[in-house]
Amino acid sequence: MSRLLARIMLDRLVTAVIVLCVMLTAIPVLVLLLFVVIRGLPGMLTPGFFTSPPHPFGVPGGGVFNAIIGTLEIVGIGSLLAVPFGALVGIFLSEYGRNRIGDTVRFTSDVLTGLPSIAFGIFGYTVLVATLHHFSAISASVALAVLMLPVVLRATETALVLVPQSLREAGLALGAARWRVTIEIVVPAALGGIVTGALLAMARAAGETAPLLFTALGNDFTQVNPLQPMGALSLTVFKNALLPYTELQNQAWAAALLLVIMVAVTNILARIYVRRIQR
Amino acid sequence: MIATATMQTEVAPPPMRDVDAETKLDARHVNFWYGDFQALHDASLAVQARKITALIGPSGCGKTTFLRVFNRMHDLTPGTRATGEVLLDGHNVLSPDTDVINLRRQVGMLFQRANPFPKSIYDNVAYGPHILGWSKPQINEIVEESLKDTGLWDEVKDRLRRSALNLSGGQQQRLCLARALAVKPEVILMDEPASALDPIATLRIEELMQELKKRYTIVIVTHNMQQSARVSDFTAFMLMNPKRAGEVIEFGPTDDIFNRPKDSRTEDYITGRFG
Amino acid sequence: MSRGTAAERVVRAPLVAPGRQRRFLSGDRIFQGLALASAAMILLIALIFVVALFIPALPAIRRFGLAFFVTRTWDPVRQNFGALPALYGTLVTSAIGLVIAFPVGLGSALFLAEEARLGFLRGPLSFAVELLAGIPSVVIGLWAFFILTPLMRDNVDPFLRSTFGFVPLFQGTANGYGYLTAGVVLAIMVLPIMIALSRDVLRAVPRALREASLALGATKAETIWSVILPYARVGITGAVLLSLGRALGETIAVTMVIGNRPVISASLFSSGYTLPSVLANEFTEAVGPLYQGSLFYLGLVLVLITIAVNVLARLLIWRFSGSDPASA
Repeated sequence: MSRLLARIMLDRLVTAVIVLCVMLTAIPVLVLLLFVVIRGLPGMLTPGFFTSPPHPFGVPGGGVFNAIIGTLEIVGIGSLLAVPFGALVGIFLSEYGRNRIGDTVRFTSDVLTGLPSIAFGIFGYTVLVATLHHFSAISASVALAVLMLPVVLRATETALVLVPQSLREAGLALGAARWRVTIEIVVPAALGGIVTGALLAMARAAGETAPLLFTALGNDFTQVNPLQPMGALSLTVFKNALLPYTELQNQAWAAALLLVIMVAVTNILARIYVRRIQR
Repeated sequence: MIATATMQTEVAPPPMRDVDAETKLDARHVNFWYGDFQALHDASLAVQARKITALIGPSGCGKTTFLRVFNRMHDLTPGTRATGEVLLDGHNVLSPDTDVINLRRQVGMLFQRANPFPKSIYDNVAYGPHILGWSKPQINEIVEESLKDTGLWDEVKDRLRRSALNLSGGQQQRLCLARALAVKPEVILMDEPASALDPIATLRIEELMQELKKRYTIVIVTHNMQQSARVSDFTAFMLMNPKRAGEVIEFGPTDDIFNRPKDSRTEDYITGRFG
Repeated sequence: MSRGTAAERVVRAPLVAPGRQRRFLSGDRIFQGLALASAAMILLIALIFVVALFIPALPAIRRFGLAFFVTRTWDPVRQNFGALPALYGTLVTSAIGLVIAFPVGLGSALFLAEEARLGFLRGPLSFAVELLAGIPSVVIGLWAFFILTPLMRDNVDPFLRSTFGFVPLFQGTANGYGYLTAGVVLAIMVLPIMIALSRDVLRAVPRALREASLALGATKAETIWSVILPYARVGITGAVLLSLGRALGETIAVTMVIGNRPVISASLFSSGYTLPSVLANEFTEAVGPLYQGSLFYLGLVLVLITIAVNVLARLLIWRFSGSDPASA
């Protein structure tokens, strides 16, 4: 076989291998989603799934109402803590942070991003559970807030840095003080990026399980008091999977589907928001 | 002609024929540094009230640097230093106890590229008055007045709430001008305001300037000599000296500068031998 | 007229307002102070974080010291704890995960960065990868637990045993839970980050290099092998390291399929433990400061390893891109 032919065949082979890799990437995603939908839909469509907390073992029926409330409340409180704070730090980094302090903050934020999620659980445990001798939703919120901070922070800084300097100059040239220019001109201009960052952080937090194991612990009863242990969708999925009751396992699948839908919707919302802002 | 080191930068006295001539902005011996690099050397300029003064010269000669000293925009860049005096109605704007916020209201600026805020047309023009704490009816009035003064009112009055970014380049620049006018400045600094615009939009800006000079003092930096000749009453020619610091070579009524330049370097630039 | 008054008010304001200038609490000062305070708070939180990891682990640190790392036993009854099984499991599962994810991820990244003819697939593939990245770990764990595990037990493991059974890696009974399954799960979870990072690295290779090679008559494959990959070597190593960092810390999905047994086994089919899965699994049952302390000691070890790997990875990527670190 001529050398040229061999080379061409090798090229074809490599291309085939690459396409194989693509398939190996795409297939798990498709299979995953397929199963979650197929296995989860029946549970979701069962009456009482959305409205009822779990029934005791062996008693048919029940749902994940407690978990839905729990996820919403825990992530909600966590977001209230993380988003304004993270945005403020992002503003600091962008407008006042071209210095050593800013670099230290960025480095710290990056280290935090890379930590295993279980570390945040330990943090929440040590700071709020061990001290108060009590598992609580608020400790989970705090743990998730620290998890969300770097994401919001980075997104805010990036969005602000992208705002052209000439906008700041225009504001200052009109006689506006620097803080006004930042709050009334620069931040609104960067809002798309900031909101996207916040939404993505929230979506990630909603799916987290490990931090909650050490903080919120879980609760089969519907609970809204943040000082008490609370259930969450991710905890329901984790715990029910390992239980021998088919009904509860089905609820786990349904809860998983619900989580996936929530994450997907949040991502889509973020995209739509950005597109609207840009118009 | 040999340029000697003893040649001083002279400030031409105001022409005698203009009875109500007064010096609005008086720059005296301004030196400017970016860190260790001196960008302006002993620059002086007496800007006449309600006249258009143009700063011309080749790239890098310090025109924009000089202009930005007038409203203390150089404060934004760390490591900059300006010495000398710039008197606005007798008060030195470079002094540390100048209220810079107030200064920038009185001395407005139009930038090279139109930079409207990503807000509505109305909110752009209203921003200045809003900061000053004017009431809603007052703001409405001043927005309309400013937009009329820049000839935009008829074009945008039905879409005041729409985004300013949808306007054309020329409209955006006129919007920025309206925005600057809304705070009732006394001096308007323009940094090559038409350089990014097409000839028709440029013409409109120049027509506007002629209208505006009845009430405002205008200082314009321009790369375009013909524009300067068309539009300005006074012209200052600047050049980089051998140490790369900008200097004012000659200053006087535009007619004199273009037809009877005193300095050979001015003449060379005017006639296009360089720059 | 109202306009007159407002304009007059504005015009009359003096240029010198010494009172206002000298006032310490100007709006700017307050705002800057606030921003600075928030930055300081972050650093404080990080400090508390570090301390919060140490404190609960202290009983175990004091008792076992560094011997913890090489002790094989994990015996809650006799209160003798060692990290070796968990360390072993973490390393093995991460290794399997990377061995699978590296080629597949690099291949997909090459597709995204290089492929022209089938280029219309790039959009869908990117979308699929982003989707995968967003799926919560517990959902993947659920799927792995119910779907992947039986698949491994009934199909993949027997096949491997019959084909490669002469290697100790593929001997022993397989019940679907264990290092291999966990490794596969890790591969799936790490794939998105591997692909995203590698794609960025590949994109950073200058077009001119690519075009020069092709213009000389080299095939696409040869260009990739001889020009692009060597240039991107450092960056891809960084990508692999960051993926490793992610794999090390992955908790929930792995916990659901690792089998949760504190053993060390050469067989990939065997159940085992990883650092985070011990914590997740035994936390609720842990009684007593030594038991709890040992769990948290494991957590501390995990965090330290993860930080080290991440910092190393970022240093590499710094050197490669030479620009904003951690834009990954």
